[in-house]
Amino acid sequence: MITFIPRDKVSKNWIIIAPILSIVFTIFFGLLIFAFLGYNPLETLYQIFVSPFSRIDRISDILVKACPLIIIGTGLMLCFKSNVWNIGAEGQFIMGALLAGFIALSFPNIETKFFLLITILAGFVGGALWAFIPAILKTKLNVNEILVSLMLVYVAMLFIDFIVRGPLRDPMSFGFPLSKPYPEGALINKIPFPGIGFLGQLHYGILFVFLLVPFSWIFVNKTLGGFKINVLGSAPQAAKFAGFKQNSITITVLLLSGGLAGVAGVIEVSANIGQLQPEVSFGYGFTAIIVAFLGRLSPIGIFFAGIIIATVKLGADNAQMTMGIPKVVTGLFEGILLFFLLTGETLQKYKIKWSEGKK
Amino acid sequence: MAKKELDILLKATKICKSFGNFVANQNIDISIAKGQIHALLGENGAGKSTLVKIFYGVLQPDSGSIEINKQKISITSPNIARKNGIGMVFQHFSLFPALTVAENILIALDNKIQFKKVVDEISKLSKEWELFVDPLKLVSELSVGEKQRVEIIRCLMQNPSLLIMDEPTSVLTPQEIKNLFKILKKLASSGCSILYISHKLEEIIELADEVTILKSGKSIASIDAKKTTTNFLAETMVGKKITELKKAIRSKSKKIAFEVKNLDKLKDHEFGISLRNINLQVNYGEILGVAGIAGNGQVELMKILSGEINSKDNDQILLEKIPIGKTNINERRKLGIETIPEERTFHATVPNLTLSENTFLTYFFKYSNTKSWITNLLNNPQNSLDESKKIVKNNDVRCPETNPLASQLSGGNLQKFILGRSLANNPKVAIFSQPTWGVDIGAATAIRQKLLDLSQSGKAVILISQDLEEIFELSDKICVINEGVLSAIFDVSEITATDVGLLMGGKNRENQKMDPIK
Repeated sequence: MITFIPRDKVSKNWIIIAPILSIVFTIFFGLLIFAFLGYNPLETLYQIFVSPFSRIDRISDILVKACPLIIIGTGLMLCFKSNVWNIGAEGQFIMGALLAGFIALSFPNIETKFFLLITILAGFVGGALWAFIPAILKTKLNVNEILVSLMLVYVAMLFIDFIVRGPLRDPMSFGFPLSKPYPEGALINKIPFPGIGFLGQLHYGILFVFLLVPFSWIFVNKTLGGFKINVLGSAPQAAKFAGFKQNSITITVLLLSGGLAGVAGVIEVSANIGQLQPEVSFGYGFTAIIVAFLGRLSPIGIFFAGIIIATVKLGADNAQMTMGIPKVVTGLFEGILLFFLLTGETLQKYKIKWSEGKK
Repeated sequence: MAKKELDILLKATKICKSFGNFVANQNIDISIAKGQIHALLGENGAGKSTLVKIFYGVLQPDSGSIEINKQKISITSPNIARKNGIGMVFQHFSLFPALTVAENILIALDNKIQFKKVVDEISKLSKEWELFVDPLKLVSELSVGEKQRVEIIRCLMQNPSLLIMDEPTSVLTPQEIKNLFKILKKLASSGCSILYISHKLEEIIELADEVTILKSGKSIASIDAKKTTTNFLAETMVGKKITELKKAIRSKSKKIAFEVKNLDKLKDHEFGISLRNINLQVNYGEILGVAGIAGNGQVELMKILSGEINSKDNDQILLEKIPIGKTNINERRKLGIETIPEERTFHATVPNLTLSENTFLTYFFKYSNTKSWITNLLNNPQNSLDESKKIVKNNDVRCPETNPLASQLSGGNLQKFILGRSLANNPKVAIFSQPTWGVDIGAATAIRQKLLDLSQSGKAVILISQDLEEIFELSDKICVINEGVLSAIFDVSEITATDVGLLMGGKNRENQKMDPIK
């Protein structure tokens, strides 16, 4: 039998050594697997880990890919910290994008970029409304929020599919399920750098991340609201003793996380797609759950976790394109990386004891 | 009689066990004779539970050896312990409330036998040992005393030669305790040894043949229990003279501070307790003791008195005749009502937060500036650092560092902190539930003295406690809660411990007419 015994103190050295060791182990096992499957192991490793950093425009693509993950992950952090399990960020992402898209397409000639404030707000409202359904069901009827939020993902997916095939389809799209292109005022532009031009796909939406991370850090660590979330998550009884209203906290965190997922949806569509289509997400809402936990439910951790996951995702794409390595293999590699990162984190806090087995 | 037999049943030598850096057992020697009632005495945290868990195979010792009948064995699991004739009744029962007595016992048996046989066996054992319990009754319908009997029967089914009992009387009424002692003595005289863990001195003197005293993980003495006194045991256990409480004569005011009138509250989950027609009142300068065995509605009563949940009508709870039944916990704090729930960690405090954050927990409204929502939002635990330092200093809370996590404090020190935090708000009415439960004698005495001081300074105190001695030591008036029903209130001079014991066992329910609540 294996038992995990909490360590008295987490060693400061190991906080640095553990992630490095995790990566070393990941590389080692990655090499083994790639070699076993008949791919050039060093070349594969280069594609996954190094190629995303090999050019400055690729580095900026990491940021672009990480942007929705970090925004959604930050919202989910608030939920998970207060023991509210919102699994439906994917659906909230879609509904945010959809509501914003509806507003954007209602003003086909608008050019001023101030209009973006309205579409982003609409995205927040769309996502928040979608999260309000599990929130109200949980607080009023005690319905499990995991099931409701997850099932609403599929409702949202089918709903956007219906919208772009029906009401919002562009008559000029030659039968493709696409909406009209967004007006200029609803598009997020790429950032021009003097002397260099554009850096990959790097767009102004990334500024939102750099605002959100410090802002959410302050909220979690320095405000009454963050304290309430923390207490509710670690000791619900104590939250009652302090007179915090559990239901209003639950509703607030669900609305905030839904809203942030919605904003991520707006930014993703307005910056990278420019119109509505059946698929706007690519699983960001689900990947962000991993990002939130990998970042140990802290804003700064989530920022770096978003970067790591985005890097590996892009690296996997590169490996697929240049070497023809199937997605499942690179998916396996992502799994190994997560496994070792989480193991490293666990072993910082616990030591393992092997005791004689019982039958 | 049995105790004259000198055969040693269990002999443990130099048992050591540490958890991380904490040494729970250090070179403990103990030997138990056949048919002997051997008491293990010590304060909370002295290492009693660790030692018996090693005997029962729940924990493995780091070093040391155990012999049973002069055979060296290693007890690696409770299974092996049972095969060697060791049975154990835990402090917290491990029974499924939704199953019958017989089903519960069947599940725990190592050799599977037919259900009907189990029922017969239970009936036989319960007759033989006067452990009366109906094998086909649901466990959720049993009283605590009956549940304990089920646990004992479960052990007896295995024909044990050693029965370990971990603080068995903490949940029993005086009458049930008497009954239990009769059973244990009978068992011992039939040759079954009993290892009896307790920190109650009178019990040990009454029951045990020999007593081993543990202190900070070491066995410091083995004494013939028939030739010692409670004072000697207490001083050996604590290692110093115990200070006595200073009880001054109080001028009794007749001014009613706090009242509860006709309070009903339906239970909110299946195994909760419904409160029925609760009436109580307490005057300023007075301590009202609410006795009762744990799990009889104290938790539910506490929630409604503290304001964590509201009563149905506003005038069911009154502070100085003003209805407050619909106010929330922080509004009541502002009115001067301070409460302490029985659960120290996770309810009164959050273990992974610092003391300043835990101070902030119940006082955040004090620092809030109601003028502006933005300052209110930015209101945070930093603001209460000074306050928490004051609480630590004034209440002799011993901390390993300045502003430690609540989980770093021992039970006694944490409780002193919680009490100090309440008193710092200068309450008019203090309602404390089980304030000295599981606290070492030193801290318990300090806490009791604080309660006395509080009432002497003219405040009203309601003390909910399952410790009868404490109730009688502190209270001016006493009432008893049983299955969600509160007895009448008696003056301490007009009621005896036996009466209280009877009420704790549910006597008042037969005499008192109740209106069923819808």
